[in-house]
Amino acid sequence: MQKSDTYNFSKWPDRIFAAAVIIISVLVVIIIAYPIYFVVIASISNSNLVNQGAVTFWPKDIRFYGYEQILHDSRIWTGYANTILYVVAGTLLNMAVTMPAAYALSRKDFKARNIVMFYFVFTMFFSGGLVPTYMTVSSLHLVSTKTILIIFVAVNTYNLIIARTFIANSIPNDLYEAAILDGCSHFKYFFSVVMPLSKAVISVLTLYYAVFHWNDYFNALIFNSKDENAPLQIVLRQILLLNQAFASGNGGVQGGYGQSSADQVKYAVLIVSTLPILCVYPFVQKHFEKGVMIGAVKG
Amino acid sequence: MAKIKKYFSKTWQLWLMLLPAMIYIFIFCYIPMYGVQLAFKEYSYAKGFLGGDWVGLKYFKQYFESNMFWPTLKNTFVIAVTGIIVGFPAPIILALVINQIRNKRWRKFVQTIVYIPYFISVVVLVSMINILFANGSGVIANFLKALHLVDSSVNIIGSASTFLPLYVLTGVWQSMGWNSIIFIAALSSVDTQLYDACKVDGANRWQTMIHIDLPALVPTIMILFILNMGGILNVGFDKIFLMQNSTNLGISQVISTYVYDVGVKSSQFSFGTAVGLFNTVINFICLIVTNWVSKRTTGSGLM
Repeated sequence: MQKSDTYNFSKWPDRIFAAAVIIISVLVVIIIAYPIYFVVIASISNSNLVNQGAVTFWPKDIRFYGYEQILHDSRIWTGYANTILYVVAGTLLNMAVTMPAAYALSRKDFKARNIVMFYFVFTMFFSGGLVPTYMTVSSLHLVSTKTILIIFVAVNTYNLIIARTFIANSIPNDLYEAAILDGCSHFKYFFSVVMPLSKAVISVLTLYYAVFHWNDYFNALIFNSKDENAPLQIVLRQILLLNQAFASGNGGVQGGYGQSSADQVKYAVLIVSTLPILCVYPFVQKHFEKGVMIGAVKG
Repeated sequence: MAKIKKYFSKTWQLWLMLLPAMIYIFIFCYIPMYGVQLAFKEYSYAKGFLGGDWVGLKYFKQYFESNMFWPTLKNTFVIAVTGIIVGFPAPIILALVINQIRNKRWRKFVQTIVYIPYFISVVVLVSMINILFANGSGVIANFLKALHLVDSSVNIIGSASTFLPLYVLTGVWQSMGWNSIIFIAALSSVDTQLYDACKVDGANRWQTMIHIDLPALVPTIMILFILNMGGILNVGFDKIFLMQNSTNLGISQVISTYVYDVGVKSSQFSFGTAVGLFNTVINFICLIVTNWVSKRTTGSGLM
């Protein structure tokens, strides 16, 4: 995208335009970044000062009390362990189901692919709804098990389309023809040619699926009622929104957190729960545009 | 027979690769779809999932005649339509602005920042809203009140009138950056000769943006708009559910939260299924109509 350099900046409309672009982009960055920044500084400040509105731009009276309390809260550790299990096992299952199906659907010589594609796409626009889905899961005896939270969204149709489009468009068909001449089967071709050449789409989809599992709250709310299976997001809701930071609960400090520190625990919990997934982000960021772009080819 | 055998000898590997995904979709999507007949049946524990007697449209009538019908339908539409009116143009404008940033480092930085909220879970987002807009101690609430954008007597979290703007604007905050990626990608594929031609004609940057960049986005805009309309009644259950409190229930009770309340919490399975099916059918009609209108007017559509 080299299109800029020779614009005539001496013309005043372009100067105003350039200034407007800078001003808008600075405003957008402030609006998006400030709330996140505030939670970070509030989590290490004296919560009395935070509640008085004294903490706005810099942390004041720095302390790590909230983080120390979290270390001793067994609910959070259980939630963490469950979430990690759901993210790792769930995402692996997602990829193991999505990629082979995407390959099969990408083969132009596979005549049934349009019908099969319709079979998948139809579910994007029509569904049985919450209650029949719950009843189905219930009649499979999967309610309140760890299994259902791992397998529930095993293949996402939108991600399947992204993978299919990527494989169809970016892996040259010559490779396939050469492989067939060598007597290569679909399985062998898939594992030795398609997978190694699909790193970009694999990393994007892994991110999509992993973020979904990490942040998933709805499925756990509907399909699970046991504390021991609760993922982090459910624990967060108990602590943050249902105000159970005070309850002694299953863990925590005896008698719950002290009045003023409860708020600080909340800020720290927000940070601790979001940080891991944010850490993955820089590694895959460069693939985003590519991934989204592939998906856009066939909406 | 021989033909079928030959066909499968060539394609059985592909079918095998499709099988896990197809079985999964069958169990968790098509069986529930078959299960919507529950909406026309009397559910009984004794007879199982689909064993009840047919009752026709009884549960649809019950919903249409209940005093929750209009409020839930109206709230769903109001939230969804406001969400689209405010939320749909935001990423387009953001993409146009980001595309105009000339300094590569700043551009990269802006993109990195605006994508971050996508990674924040709904639970965390709603907690942040509760903290930042809290009455008295909320930093953003106090800021808005100091600027007189919000009357100082208003409790932003705890009143019905502020629910809608709060819901919609925080939604824009979270999804604007992520949704702009697709438009930025579309803009990066604009033919650079068009810009040169524009320059020769003496156009300034604003005119170039309006006459080259914006038209280049139209097909993407239309497809996303149709998809959005198809999901119009699927307003995010999670966020509304978590933002609900006794003061805003009159405006925040939407169809999906109502289905959860009656269908799952109070175990009225047939009634919940009927309300859910009503929601799905309306969505489907919206999708078809928008697609048809889009095809007639712009020539681009889904099917």
